[in-house]
Amino acid sequence: MQIEIEQRILAANERLAAENRARFDEHGVFVVDLMASPGAGKTSTILATIEALRDRYAIAVIEGDIASKVDAEKVRAHGIPAVQINTGGACHLESAMIRRAVDTLDLAELDLIIIENVGNLVCPSDFDLGEHAKVMILSVPEGHDKPYKYPNIFQVSQAVILNKYDTMSVFDFDEAEFREVVRGLNGLAPIFPMSATKGEGVQAWAEWLAGRVEDAKTGRGA
Amino acid sequence: MHELGIASGILSSAITAAENVGATTISSVDVSIGVLTEVMEDALQFAWDELRQGTMAENAALTVTMLGARSRCADCGHDYEHGRYDAARCPSCGSYVVMLLQGRELDINRIDAD
Ligand SMILES: Nc1nc2c(ncn2[C@@H]2O[C@H](COP(=O)(O)OP(=O)(O)O)[C@@H](O)[C@H]2O)c(=O)[nH]1
Ligand SMILES: [Mg+2]
Ligand SMILES: [Zn+2]
Ligand SMILES: [Zn+2]
Repeated sequence: MQIEIEQRILAANERLAAENRARFDEHGVFVVDLMASPGAGKTSTILATIEALRDRYAIAVIEGDIASKVDAEKVRAHGIPAVQINTGGACHLESAMIRRAVDTLDLAELDLIIIENVGNLVCPSDFDLGEHAKVMILSVPEGHDKPYKYPNIFQVSQAVILNKYDTMSVFDFDEAEFREVVRGLNGLAPIFPMSATKGEGVQAWAEWLAGRVEDAKTGRGA
Repeated sequence: MHELGIASGILSSAITAAENVGATTISSVDVSIGVLTEVMEDALQFAWDELRQGTMAENAALTVTMLGARSRCADCGHDYEHGRYDAARCPSCGSYVVMLLQGRELDINRIDAD
C-alpha cells in the first residue's frame, strides 16, 4: 500500500534545532555558527572576536572541529568557557550535539555563544543547529572561485568573513569577482575583510555581531 | 559522508511509517531533494544501497525527484526560476531582496509497504 509521509528527511534534527533556538531566545542569548574549511581561521576568528567583545558580553564557545581538544583549550586559555563536542569524526554538527553541549552551559549568565562547526564547506549548510545566524569564513589562500564550487554555504550565511586578508598580495585573489559572485548568491550578507590573527577588520565584524547580540537581548531577535 | 546521514534519515522515517501501519516490507521510497542542497543523487543512492541491507527496506528502490530552484522578489513580486548561482537578484527589477520558494527541500514524500 502507498503511505503518504510528506515530512522533512531531517525532521528530527530540525525539531531539536527549534528546541535549542527556543531555549536561547528564552534567555536572550545570541548564537552564531561559524563555518569554513579546515585552517581558514575559525578558531583565530573566535579568539579575535572574544577579545573585541569580552568587555561588553558574556561569551561561551562550543567547539565542534574534529581534530582534538586544542581549540577548546585555546579558548579556555582566554578565560572563556568552552565546550568540546566529540563528533566522532562526523563531517558536520547536528542539533542534538549542540543540545548536549548547551546543557553544560549556564544560559542565564550568557549573551553570546559562538559555535565552531566542523571544517567543511559542504554539509554544515544543510543542518540547522538552532543558531540565529550562520556565518561563513573564506580565507584568501583558498581562492576567489570557492563560491562557484560551494554556493550553498554562501547562500545560507548571514555574513561572510574574508579572512587572511593580509595575504592578499601573495595570492591571486580577485576581490571584485569574489564580491560579485557572493552578491549574486546572497544579496544581503555583508562581507567583512579581516585578518583574524593581526586584528585588521575585526572591529567591523565584531560591531555587526554586537548589533545582533543587542537585538537578541532586547527580544528583537534574529 | 553527508549523504549517509540523509539516507539514514530516509530509512528511519520509512521504517517508522511502515511499522505504524503494521507493514513488514517496504518496496519503494519517494523523496524530493532541492538543487540548492548539498545532496548528490548518486552518492545518496550509493548510501541507500548500503544502509537498506538487512532491514525491511532491503528491496526498496529509492526514487529521487530533484526540485529546481525558484524565488520571489519582495520588491516587485516577480516569481522566477534560477540555478545554483543566480538566486539572489530579481531578473525583473534587480532587487536583492528575494525569498526562496523552492530549492532547499530534503523531503520524504511516500513509501510503498506491505
Ligand atoms: N596570515 C594569517 N594567518 C591566519 C589568519 N587567521 C588564521 N591564520 C592562521 O591559519 C592557521 C589556521 O587557523 P585556525 O584559526 O586554527 O583555523 P581553523 O582550522 O579554521 O580553526 C593558523 O596557523 C593561523 O595562525 C590571518 O588572518 N592571517
Ligand atoms: Mg579550529
Ligand atoms: Zn556532514
Ligand atoms: Zn523584482
